[in-house]
Amino acid sequence: MNKILEKRQLSEEVFRMKIEAPLIARERKPGQFVIIQKDTNYGERIPLTIADADPDEGSITIIFQTVGKTTHEMALFEVGDSFENVLGPLGQPTHIEKVGTVVCVGGGIGVAPLHPIAQAMKAAGNHVVIIMGARNRELIIMEDEMKAIADELIVCTDDGSYGRKALVTEPLKEYCESANPAMAVAIGPPIMMKFCAETTRPYGVKTIVSLNTIMVDGTGMCGGCRVTVGGETKFVCVDGPEFDGHLVDFDNMMLRLGAFKEREQEDHHQCHLDMEIAKKKQGALR
Amino acid sequence: MSHKNVDTLKSEAKVLWADLQGKELKPKDRLAIPCQDMPSQEPSVRIRNMAEVAVGYSEEQVRVEASRCLQCKSAPCVKGCPVSIDIPRFIKAAEEGRFEDSLAVIRESSLLPSICGRVCPQESQCQEHCTVGKSLKDVNRAVSIGRIERFVADYERAKGTKNIPQIAPSTGKKVAIIGSGPAGITAAADIRKAGHDVTVFEAFHKPGGVLVYGIPEFRLPKSIVEEEIHTLEEMGVDIEPNFLVGRTRKLKDLIDKDGFDAVFIGSGAGLPKFMHIEGENLVGVLSANEYLTRSNLMKAYDPEHAATPTYKSRRVAVLGGGNVAMDAARTAIRLGAEKVYIVYRRTEVEMPARVEEVGHAKEEGVEFLLLRNPKRIIGDEKGRVRAIEVLSYELGEPDESGRRRPVPIEGSESILDVDTVIVSIGNDSNPLLKQTTEGLETNKWGNIIADEDGKTSMDRVYAGGDIVLGAATVILAMGQGRKAAAAINRMLAEEV
Repeated sequence: MNKILEKRQLSEEVFRMKIEAPLIARERKPGQFVIIQKDTNYGERIPLTIADADPDEGSITIIFQTVGKTTHEMALFEVGDSFENVLGPLGQPTHIEKVGTVVCVGGGIGVAPLHPIAQAMKAAGNHVVIIMGARNRELIIMEDEMKAIADELIVCTDDGSYGRKALVTEPLKEYCESANPAMAVAIGPPIMMKFCAETTRPYGVKTIVSLNTIMVDGTGMCGGCRVTVGGETKFVCVDGPEFDGHLVDFDNMMLRLGAFKEREQEDHHQCHLDMEIAKKKQGALR
Repeated sequence: MSHKNVDTLKSEAKVLWADLQGKELKPKDRLAIPCQDMPSQEPSVRIRNMAEVAVGYSEEQVRVEASRCLQCKSAPCVKGCPVSIDIPRFIKAAEEGRFEDSLAVIRESSLLPSICGRVCPQESQCQEHCTVGKSLKDVNRAVSIGRIERFVADYERAKGTKNIPQIAPSTGKKVAIIGSGPAGITAAADIRKAGHDVTVFEAFHKPGGVLVYGIPEFRLPKSIVEEEIHTLEEMGVDIEPNFLVGRTRKLKDLIDKDGFDAVFIGSGAGLPKFMHIEGENLVGVLSANEYLTRSNLMKAYDPEHAATPTYKSRRVAVLGGGNVAMDAARTAIRLGAEKVYIVYRRTEVEMPARVEEVGHAKEEGVEFLLLRNPKRIIGDEKGRVRAIEVLSYELGEPDESGRRRPVPIEGSESILDVDTVIVSIGNDSNPLLKQTTEGLETNKWGNIIADEDGKTSMDRVYAGGDIVLGAATVILAMGQGRKAAAAINRMLAEEV
C-alpha cells in the first residue's frame, strides 16, 4: 500500500501526487519510472515517470494526465488514500555527464519526467537551457521548479496565451544554430519528440528522447512496449525508456500507441461522465 | 479426440469398477482395462467460459485407471519424473481407495501435486516410460499418472484436511527468494521447513509467477495457486510483491546490507522472443506473454470489471507449437475470435505441447497449419495487421534438438488473412539481474550458470528453474528449487 501524502491539481487534466514509497525513493535515479496499480484485483498497470523523490521522507512524486479510465479514477484519490501497488524504479537511468550546453525540451506533461534529468544535468556542471511548451497557459506545469534549475528558460504556448507563441521546435532550432549545444533531451508527446529530433538532426546534436509506450509488466516480460530503434526491436521498459531520438521509428511507435484506442475512447467518454458524477457527490459530502 | 460426455464416462467407470473390484488381476487383465478419458466440459460450452476444461476423474474412474498399473518392479516411470515421485506406490494406494495415503507418497517428493497433476507434460516424462503404454504401443495409452495425481490432490483440497508442514525451530538465518513461480515456491517451502526465515520477492502484484500470468484459468484455476501460496504464508514465509530485485534493491545489497544469509534466484525466463521478420512491430502483433498476462493476471477477459483492455481479434494466427501457443490460441477463442490458427513449422509429432492440450485445442475449433512458417507480416494503411505470408516446409534431417529440421519449400508462399498475430516461440532470459549484479555469471543465452546444486558464481547465491534452464516445465523448475534448497540448508547448517 502506498499512501498519498500530497495532491495538487496542476491543470484541468494534470495532477501531481506525492506518494509514500521509501524503497523506490532511495534507489531511483533520473530517467526512471514506476508502475502504479490502483487496485490489485481489477486495476490496470500504469507506467509513470518519477518526477521527484525525497529519500528522507520516503516519498516519490508522480505527475499524470487523465487520459483513460484508470487515470481518471486516480485523479479522484485524495490525501490519505492509497494505491495498492507501486513497482519501481524501472528502466535504465539517464546517462548524466558534463558535456557543456544541454538543451532540455519539455512538452505538456513531459516536463515532469524532464525535471529530474534537468536537475541532474545541472548538478553535473552543464549549462542547462530549458524550453517548455504547452497548448495553452492552463497546461503549463512546473514552471517555478524548472526556473530554479535552468540557466536559461523559455516558455512557449501554441496559442500565445503565455510566453512566446511558438512550438518548442522554434527556439530549439535557434539554439542549435547559435549556441552549439552538446546535446538535447526532448520529452513530451511522440509527435513533439519526433519533430525535436528532426530539428536537431541537421545540426548533428545528439538528442535523447524518453518514450512512454503501452506496457503491462514493465520488467521485460510482455514485450508490448517494443519500438524500432535503428532498425532493431527494443523494449522501452528494459532497454529504455531513453533512446537516441535520431534512431527511433516514431511513426511506428505512434501507430502502436493506438492499439487499444477503441477501448480508450469508450472509457474516456464514460470516465468524464463518472468523474463529473463523483465530483458532484464529493462536493455534496463536503 | 472425440469428446465424451462427463456422465457417460462416469457411469461407464462405475460398471467397470463394480466388475473389477476384489478380483485378482493378472498383468494381462490389467492391460485389457480401457484407459479412462478425462471428463471435460463440452467444447461448445467451454469456449464461452473461462472455467477449467478438465473436470477431473470420479472415484471409480481413478480406481479403474490405477488398476491399469502393472506395479513393475523396475518402475521406469519414476526415472522419467524430475522429482522421482514413487509412482507405483501412490498409484497402488489410489487403486485401493487410500487417497490420503496416496497423496502422502506424492508429497514426499513434490509440493504442488494439484498443479503438477494439471500442467506437467506427463507423456514426455513419467508416462513416456510406462510399461503399459509400451505394451500397448501408444504413449497415450500409458497409465494416466498425472490424472491420478490430480485426483488425490483435489480429493484432499475438497475435504479441507490439508496439513501445514512442520517447521524446525528458528535458526535465526534469513534467506531471500527471487521470484514466486514454481522454483521459488518450492525452494521457499523447503528452506522454511528447515527453520530459516524466508522472504519471497515478487515483481508482479500477485505471487505465483507463470502459474498466474501465463497459464489460463481454464487449464489451472487461480484459486489453486492462491491456496498453495497461502500455505506458504501459513508456514511463516513472508511474501513481498511489487519488489524487483536488481531495481528496487540490488541483489548484492540483500546480502551485504539487509542481512540475508543466502539468496535463491528463480526469476524465470521472461523476455519474449520475436521472429525478426518484416512487420513484427505492426499493431496486432503481440507476444504470447503479453496476450496471456492481459487475460490471466489482469483479467481482461472480464471487461465489465477489469480496467486492462485486451486486443480485439477476429482472425488470429498463433506462431509456435508449445503449451503456451495452445494457451494463447484457446484464449483467443474464448475472447471471441472467429478463426484461430496455430502456425507451426514442424508436424504434430514434433510439437512440444501436451497431447491433451492439442486435443482440447482441436475440439475447440483451433485449426492447425503444420509445416508452415511466417515469412512476413503484412499491414494495412493504418499499420494494423492484415495478413501473414507463410512459407511451407518439409522435414529434413534431425537438428541439434533431435527433431527433424524443417526445410523451406521454395516458391510455396501463400497469404493467410488475419488481424492478430500472437508470437509464441519461446523466451530468452531476462537481462536485468545480470545487468545489475556484478560477478553473476551467465552463458551465451543469458541464463545464469549454476552447478548441480544450483550454486552460481556468486557466494551464497543459488539459482534454478527457467533462469538456469531456459524455458522448461513447472516440475523441472520445482526439482531445481528443491535441489538448491537442500544445498542452501546444508550450507546454513554448517555455519550454525
